[in-house]
Amino acid sequence: MPSTPHIGLFIPCYVDQFYPNVAIATLELLEKLGCQVTYPMGQTCCGQPMANAGYERDTVATTKHFIRVFKDFDYIVAPSGSCVLHVKEHAPSIDGMEKEQSDLHHKIFELSEFLVDILKIDNIKGSFPHKVGFHASCHGQRGLRISSSSELNQSPFNKVKQLMANLEGLEWVELDRKDECCGFGGTFAVTEEALSIQMGKDRLDDHSIHGAEILTGGDMSCIMHLQGIAKRNRNTMQFKHFAEILNEAIS
Amino acid sequence: MSHPAKASEFLQDPAKSKWHDETLWFVRDKRDKSTKSVPEWEKLRDLASQIKDNVLANLGSYLEEFERNAKANNIHVHWAKDAAGHNEIVLGILREKQCKAIVKSKSILTEECHLNPYLEKNGVEVVDTDLGERIVQFLNQAPSHIVLPAIHLKKRDISEIFHEKLHTEKGNEDPDYLTQAARIHLREKFLNAKVAITGVNFGVAETGEFVVCTNEGNADMGVHLADVHIASMGIEKIIPKREHLGVFLRVLARSATGQSVTNYTSHFRSPSPGKEIHIILVDNGRTEQLGRPKFKDSLKCIRCGACMNTCPIYRRSGGFSYESTVPGPIGSILSPGIDLQKHSSLPFASTLCGSCTDVCPVKINIHEQLYEWRQEITKAQPDKAKSFAMKFANGIFAVPFAYNISGSMMRGALKILPDSITYSGLNTWGKQRDLPEIPNESFKDWYKKNRK
Repeated sequence: MPSTPHIGLFIPCYVDQFYPNVAIATLELLEKLGCQVTYPMGQTCCGQPMANAGYERDTVATTKHFIRVFKDFDYIVAPSGSCVLHVKEHAPSIDGMEKEQSDLHHKIFELSEFLVDILKIDNIKGSFPHKVGFHASCHGQRGLRISSSSELNQSPFNKVKQLMANLEGLEWVELDRKDECCGFGGTFAVTEEALSIQMGKDRLDDHSIHGAEILTGGDMSCIMHLQGIAKRNRNTMQFKHFAEILNEAIS
Repeated sequence: MSHPAKASEFLQDPAKSKWHDETLWFVRDKRDKSTKSVPEWEKLRDLASQIKDNVLANLGSYLEEFERNAKANNIHVHWAKDAAGHNEIVLGILREKQCKAIVKSKSILTEECHLNPYLEKNGVEVVDTDLGERIVQFLNQAPSHIVLPAIHLKKRDISEIFHEKLHTEKGNEDPDYLTQAARIHLREKFLNAKVAITGVNFGVAETGEFVVCTNEGNADMGVHLADVHIASMGIEKIIPKREHLGVFLRVLARSATGQSVTNYTSHFRSPSPGKEIHIILVDNGRTEQLGRPKFKDSLKCIRCGACMNTCPIYRRSGGFSYESTVPGPIGSILSPGIDLQKHSSLPFASTLCGSCTDVCPVKINIHEQLYEWRQEITKAQPDKAKSFAMKFANGIFAVPFAYNISGSMMRGALKILPDSITYSGLNTWGKQRDLPEIPNESFKDWYKKNRK
């Protein structure tokens, strides 16, 4: 490994289009932490929306493209647990690129796991005087194990919470159901609209009744869904990716 | 009707839907506390999973071993290829014994075989003796949950049903009072039944015995008062050795309700003098499922219901929204194997959150199998799939599909279109949700200006 590893910044397509600030915060945060980061301009979508809708077989070209774009980086980092999980577990196997694909699976990381497990950052110093509620995205949590699952008999941990633990003034809000799904679920958000909305409302209530000022998380898809419901119902909760909080707070 | 339609119906009554969600979450929470009191819980899950892997890999020989040993214990062993075969065997035994009324403890397999309507059509009165099952039977409904059959009903509903069927006081919702009325009613049925039917939780190959778990003792009450005991068992319920019960009995009740063990765990090995035990080993599609490498692990299920209690969809849509004998996540991976056409919306009735997989005591990769069924369904049913894709494309996620071309156009369009179009009926996303505020430039545009 070279002394300063070269990181390929993987920005999910909808984050690129709708949440450029999250991508900017991710880039700036990594740079502030001394990383050499490049955003490869050729990147598109990882293929997850198609695969989860039942069309994994139609994502071969997308997957090939993804491997070509990112294969030469030392690490690939994304501010999304869901997209990283897709690349690792659901992208179809590509004939003739077995080695590149397998290598890629070992060097792609969601942002908080990259900071904690690879950069070995215990916590970040800075200030963020707000009450923050954390929404654990299911794919980040039960897929990548970014935080412990309430279902399992294991010692509690949460990589995002660990990174925020030393931020001055930050109050971490404890929820009644700390890892219940928000009801986004990709296609589910539209094919099972009624359920999706109810699940989102229930999640928002949990944060509201415990006094969260800002709802944060590691996947903008969940947050886009929750924020959309909140706005429609004139709920004044604020929404931020944890990269935005860390980048804003870091001293 | 598809799952989304049924789920919307259930959500029409928000108070009831919320109550249903909270009631089942309470059960899930009890399960969490109970499993966390067992330090070796995750090891037990591993063991249970591995034993079941071994069973599925050697199912034929374990079944033959079970048959040999059960016969040696004077149990009559029958084999049923399908539901019809199972039901005929039961009716044959009842006719031979000239039996017109039976009692039956909870058996999801007999629900799967639609035994009750079959027997009733043939002049046999069937009384379900599990309290929850008796309640839904009064309403001519199927169970809405495999462990808690009447969980969709509230005390008030039960008071009304009992008033009508058992002549209890109108408006008396006291659970003790209602339970007492049910006891008296069932006692008479128990005393008059010559034949009792039970399900089977575990069949032990090594000894030819089988185990039935209940909380109400109704299986034992029925069996001990009857001359003939018929036990219906799915072929996947076999376990190799008696000592393996030490694993499965510990995980079953904790996963189901948070109890350390079921109130009654009854072992049946051989009939009392003058009595008979019949066991019917039922396939009904299980061998076919075993032949599907991606889905065979669904047969490891011990029917604890934990995946239903944890499922954020099940809790808010109710068991009937699945329209299959086994509802919830496990039902959504079992049912498409039985009838792909009928159950094609079930694998999509999930956000793939994975909670089902993490609670499963035998570690079935339920959410992975839901994902795999989606791949199968879009191949088998292009029309159905197209309708999903259409709905999908109508949501804002049209963007990633034709990313480079449409991305900037979409952002442009969303900025200038009036809300009446953005949030029109076509746009399911926008019915009850706002779209994100549209930024002036994408990250890609920003990066070009600021980094290169």
